[in-house]
Amino acid sequence: MTDLFKHLRAYLVAALTLSGVSPAVGAVAAAADTPSLAPYFMPVDTTPKAPDADGFLQRWLLLEPIVKPNRSNTGFTGTYVRQALTTEYFKGQFKVVPHDGQTVSAGAPLSWHALDSSLYDVKLFNFAQNLKKPVYGVIFWAVTVVDSPREMSNVRLAVGSNSASMWWVNGKEAAGLFGDRRMVMDDVVSPPLTLHKGKNIVRGAVINGPGLSDFCVRFIDEDGRPVRDITLDLR
Amino acid sequence: MRHLALAVTCASLALFSSAPAQAQLEGEPYIHDPSTVTLSDGKFYTFGTGRGGLVSEDGWTWHAGGERPGGGVAPDVIKIGDRYYVAYAVGGGGMNGGHASNVKVMWTKSLDPKSPDFGFHDVGVVASSNGQEDCDAIDPAFLYADGHLWLSYGTYFGYIRMVELDPKSGERVSGNQPIDVAIDMEATALLYRDGWYYLLGTHGTCCDGPNSSYNIRAGRSRSPVGPYLDNMGVPLLKGGGKLVVAGRGRVFGPGHFGLIDLDDGMQKFSMHYEADMDRSARSALGIQPLIWKDGWPQAGENIKAGTYEIQSERAGGALELAVDFVRLPVDRRGGFFGPPPGPVSAAPMQTLAEDMAVWPAGPIDADLGEYMIRPHQQWTITPAPGAGGYFGSPYFKIVIAGTDRALAATADRKVTTVPAFTGADEQLWRIDQLVDGTYRITPKAKLGSKTPLALVAIGASTPVLARFDPNSDAGRWDFKTP
Repeated sequence: MTDLFKHLRAYLVAALTLSGVSPAVGAVAAAADTPSLAPYFMPVDTTPKAPDADGFLQRWLLLEPIVKPNRSNTGFTGTYVRQALTTEYFKGQFKVVPHDGQTVSAGAPLSWHALDSSLYDVKLFNFAQNLKKPVYGVIFWAVTVVDSPREMSNVRLAVGSNSASMWWVNGKEAAGLFGDRRMVMDDVVSPPLTLHKGKNIVRGAVINGPGLSDFCVRFIDEDGRPVRDITLDLR
Repeated sequence: MRHLALAVTCASLALFSSAPAQAQLEGEPYIHDPSTVTLSDGKFYTFGTGRGGLVSEDGWTWHAGGERPGGGVAPDVIKIGDRYYVAYAVGGGGMNGGHASNVKVMWTKSLDPKSPDFGFHDVGVVASSNGQEDCDAIDPAFLYADGHLWLSYGTYFGYIRMVELDPKSGERVSGNQPIDVAIDMEATALLYRDGWYYLLGTHGTCCDGPNSSYNIRAGRSRSPVGPYLDNMGVPLLKGGGKLVVAGRGRVFGPGHFGLIDLDDGMQKFSMHYEADMDRSARSALGIQPLIWKDGWPQAGENIKAGTYEIQSERAGGALELAVDFVRLPVDRRGGFFGPPPGPVSAAPMQTLAEDMAVWPAGPIDADLGEYMIRPHQQWTITPAPGAGGYFGSPYFKIVIAGTDRALAATADRKVTTVPAFTGADEQLWRIDQLVDGTYRITPKAKLGSKTPLALVAIGASTPVLARFDPNSDAGRWDFKTP
């Protein structure tokens, strides 16, 4: 169990206690000075997860933040962000689908965490804060695996992120969000792409200087409607 | 009803002819009292006083053509089922001192004289004035709404009147009596929208070239037979009427309204100008956008040549080159707010050269961003000579101001820019004002689509070419001065 889940478990224990349910033996209390992760994330179970009602993808593998100092976001031009997010920081960065708890070396050892977001967006700031990792001047990497029941052509990846980000579907660049971005759903929409029948890998990287970091991602069809008949698992 | 229901998929044919710089149309659009523009056999027809009319293949270039027997004045045309009904007046109008007149109706299954379906069938007289009563039965106008066919007629000599016709035959409904609905009008037209009946008519004087004061006004009612009131509650029977359009620029005396309903939230209207100063001050066809404001029809504005921010109605993003942002210097001496430490001066805006320094040489995609008053967000829009046009508006070239870098559509329906304008269809754009006052931007190139594609913000920051949805702001644009 990662440190992350310890905090999450503590939150759940507290909630069960309040509701009159006895917590499991060995429960630990959340540290009083550590904001809880639970309002934003839940543990991943073995059941494939469908997108939410609006099609947002909520199951992700998130890498602990890579330190990339930026005192301001004003320099997030397309040229800078593209260079920053296509630099290889760890082995297998653009190819590997990691597993929960896997560690990579990116200047320092960093762990991947499998999480379900409780919200439509993925709160990267809270993720890092809970792990007591740097929250400013960072790059987050995120990976998910989309299982499509059939080939779907002419779908588009629709992304919002805070701040800038880049996204790839099955290894091909799909979207770039440059400048000092605030997260807006469907901010940048990819050209039409095809989801293969079976597994498709969505990979993204978000860079931020100061401020909150988060992203929201969904697929939309030709008419702009959310694609919902897909599932997510991380295997 | 001066109403044209047609699909925007109609053929667009670029015809090359010279036209005045600010012209709304090309060709020889000389006419007086034009009937509702009507689509038949792939061409648009309008008929005026006298026998002839005008015909156009694209709504932009008009030539003399069409045949309408019967003579008389100020006809109107409406299509119901497979019939084109034509109403026209014989006599009256004060001509030869008389006000005795008959409104007659005839029908044909085609307006194209070359069609085997062309051939008029006389229905007969549907309204009349005897020369003594307070009415002069000329200037008929149809409205087909809610299964009923209405006809207004009349001029300044007495009342504007309304009768009901049988839409199956064009004959007057048995027992129907004329009802007075307005005074002080002529060249009326009828509209129906959102449960309101609108009676439009022309005020002022006609037939005196640039001295004509013709202008078009409107009142509305919940019933087709009135009472029609204007925006101030003044009955049209007492001379009321809210202004729809008056002369402006180099055209005088607009009269004889006719609705051109282009679907997808776009309406325009035809009229004649008593004097088009760019056409020897002759009476000529005019077409302008129709917008609706607080339930009232108003003349809109065709886009004028100039430099603009092109702003998306979706999220307010400005159409721009997707290039690196070039910062302007920030004066932080003594902090960035409060009085400057030295004399107050006008700080320079970013120059085109400063902005261009980071632009790549080849095609540059367009995206949408926060408007930062930067050169890569400012577009110069000018009519493209010889490129043709559509109802009331020519095709435009759209370039980054101060450059020849032109907005262009791609075969895969992306929005990009090319370093130099070549006049290719992918670089020509139609800009149509919609009924809410915003604009739709459409490439001339079909891009392999059976239905017209428009510039649409499918994301807050992502424009593409896609099917226009009249129920969405994604395809609506505003043009703001920089």
